[in-house]
Amino acid sequence: MSDLFDPTQPLTATGNLRRREAVNRLASGGARAAALLAVAVLGVVVYSVAQRGAGSLSLSFLIKPPPLFGGPGGGIGPEIVGTIILVALATAIAMPLGVLVALYVTEFAGRRSGRVIRAALDLMQGFPSVIVGLLIFGLLVAGTGQSGYAGSIALAIIMLPLIARSSQEVILLVPGSLREAADALGVSRWRTIRGVVLPAALGGILTGTILAVGRAAGETAPLIFCDSIFNASAFSTNLFAANHAIPNIPFEIFTLSEQADPSSFSRAWGAALVLLGLILVANFAARALLAHSRRRHAG
Amino acid sequence: MTPDSSPAGGGQFGEPAVRRRVRIQTGPPPGSRPKTNGAGAGPAALEPVFDVRNVSLSYGSTPAVERITLKIYRNMVTAIIGPSGCGKTTFLRCLNRMNDSIPGFGIDGELLYHGHDVYGSRVNRVEVRRRIGMVFQKPNPFAKSIYDNVAWAPRNLGLKSGLDGRVERALRDTALWDEVKDRLKASALGLSGGQQQRLCIARAIAIEPDVLLLDEPASALDPIATAAIEELMHVLKRRYTIVIVTHNMQQAARVADRTAFFSLDTAGGKRVGTLIEYDDTERIFTNPRDPRTRDYVTGRFG
Repeated sequence: MSDLFDPTQPLTATGNLRRREAVNRLASGGARAAALLAVAVLGVVVYSVAQRGAGSLSLSFLIKPPPLFGGPGGGIGPEIVGTIILVALATAIAMPLGVLVALYVTEFAGRRSGRVIRAALDLMQGFPSVIVGLLIFGLLVAGTGQSGYAGSIALAIIMLPLIARSSQEVILLVPGSLREAADALGVSRWRTIRGVVLPAALGGILTGTILAVGRAAGETAPLIFCDSIFNASAFSTNLFAANHAIPNIPFEIFTLSEQADPSSFSRAWGAALVLLGLILVANFAARALLAHSRRRHAG
Repeated sequence: MTPDSSPAGGGQFGEPAVRRRVRIQTGPPPGSRPKTNGAGAGPAALEPVFDVRNVSLSYGSTPAVERITLKIYRNMVTAIIGPSGCGKTTFLRCLNRMNDSIPGFGIDGELLYHGHDVYGSRVNRVEVRRRIGMVFQKPNPFAKSIYDNVAWAPRNLGLKSGLDGRVERALRDTALWDEVKDRLKASALGLSGGQQQRLCIARAIAIEPDVLLLDEPASALDPIATAAIEELMHVLKRRYTIVIVTHNMQQAARVADRTAFFSLDTAGGKRVGTLIEYDDTERIFTNPRDPRTRDYVTGRFG
C-alpha cells in the first residue's frame, strides 16, 4: 500500500498530472509551430521567387547572353555556366581540404589542438563574406586584376568551415566499434579511414557539402570584389586567366536589380529562380550519387 | 577441498607466482619447440606465447588491474573468468595494445610476446595487432559485403594473390561457408547475430594471426550460436593460440585448457582487479587452491 496515492481509485489523473500534461502540450505545440513556421518561410521564399521569376523564363533566357548595353531582352546563359564553373572549382578546393581538416580533428589531433581547430572553424563560419572578399581582393586581385580563380578561392574559404564542421560531426558518429575492428586487424590508420570511416560517413559529408554549395552559389559580396568586371562582348569561362572575370548569377542579380528598367527586375527574379533551381538540381544529383554508391559499397 | 597451502586471505600474488616459478624450471628451455600439445597436455610440453610479469594497468590515477603474472601457452585456449569489473577485458585488450587509444591508460611491469616487450619503444602497434587479432563482445561487421568483410584486411596487408581462396578458407574454418557461399556479395549486416560474430572471427583469421583474443564473443548470442562458436574454438586452437574472456563459467569449462580467475581486491579502499588463481581448467573447476576461486566457480560468492 502506497502512502502517496490510493491504488484502488479509478485510473484518472491525480496529483499534479493535469498541470504536467498542460506543460507538455504547450512545449510540443510550440515546437510544432516553430517547425511549421520554418517550412512556411521556405515556401514563401520559393513561391515568391517562382511567381516573379517564372515570367522571364524561356529557352533564350537560359542560353543567351545579356544585352550588350543594358535594356530589355537577352538572357543569363554565360552567368549560369560561370556560376557552375566557379562553384565547381570552389568545391574541388574546399571539399578535400574540409574533409581532411575534419579527419585531423577527429582522428589525429590531440584534445587541445582539436579544440583550437574546432573553435577556429566556428569563427571562420561566422566570417562576414565581405571580409573574405576583401582579403582575396588584397591578395589576388589588387595588381593583377579580377579573375575566376580569385572568386573561386573566396567561395572556397566560405565553404571550408561548413564542410569541415559538418564532416567532423558525421565522422564522430561512425561507431568506435568499427574503428576497433579495423585496428584489431593490423590495418594502418589511413587505410582504416579510407576503407571504413569515410564510407560510413559519406552521406553526411555529402549533405554538408551540398549545404556549402548552396551557400557559395548565392554569395555575392566576395564576387563583387573578385569577379565582377566582365568584358561583355567577349565572355570568358577561363578560370585561370588573370584579368578575366567570369560572369556569374549572383552578381548579375545584383546588377539587374540596380537598374531602373522594370524588365531588368523581372530578369533579376528569373535569374534568382534559376539559381534556386541549380542548387536544387545539385542537391538531387548528389543524393542520387550517394544512393548509387551505397548500393555498390554496402550492397 | 583446499589443498595444503593458502593461508586465508594471504598472498593472492605470492601463491601463483610460486607455482609458476616451479613451472619455469620444469618447462622446456627457451627456444625449443614442443612436439605435441594436445588439450590438457602436461606442463612439460608448453611453449609460452605471452609471458606476463607483474603487469599493472591503470586509467589515469585509477588502477584497474594490479600485478598480474602469468604465461599464456601456444595452441591452447586460455580462459579468463571473474566477476564484472575485475579487469578481465582491460587485461585482454592490453595484450595487443587495444587500450592505447584510451586517454590516460597506463601499464607497468613487463609484457613479453615470444620474448619481445609488447610495449617496447620500437614496437609498431599496427604490427602487434597484425599478429594478435581480436574479436569483440558485440559483432561489429563492416558495412560491406560478406566477401569484402573478410577480404578487406588481407587486401590492405598486401595478401592479394589467391584472395578468393583465402576468403573461402576463413569462411569454411568458421563453418560459415555453406550458409553464405551463395550470397557473398550481400551485405554482412543482413546476417544473424551468430553469423555476424562468426564472420568477425573469419575476418580475424583471414590474415592468419598468431594469437586470437576473444572478448566475450558469445555473450550477445543464443545458445545454438554459442555452441557453434565454442565448437570453432576447438578447431581453431590447432593453428592459433586463443585467449578468451568469458562471464560464462560453463563456457570456460567447455572450451579452455587453462583458466585464469580474476577477482576484485577491495583492500585499501580501492577496488582493483587481481589474478587469484591460474591453472589447468579442470583443476580450477574441480579442485581450486584458493577458497575465493572455489566460491566463485561453485556460485557461492559475494
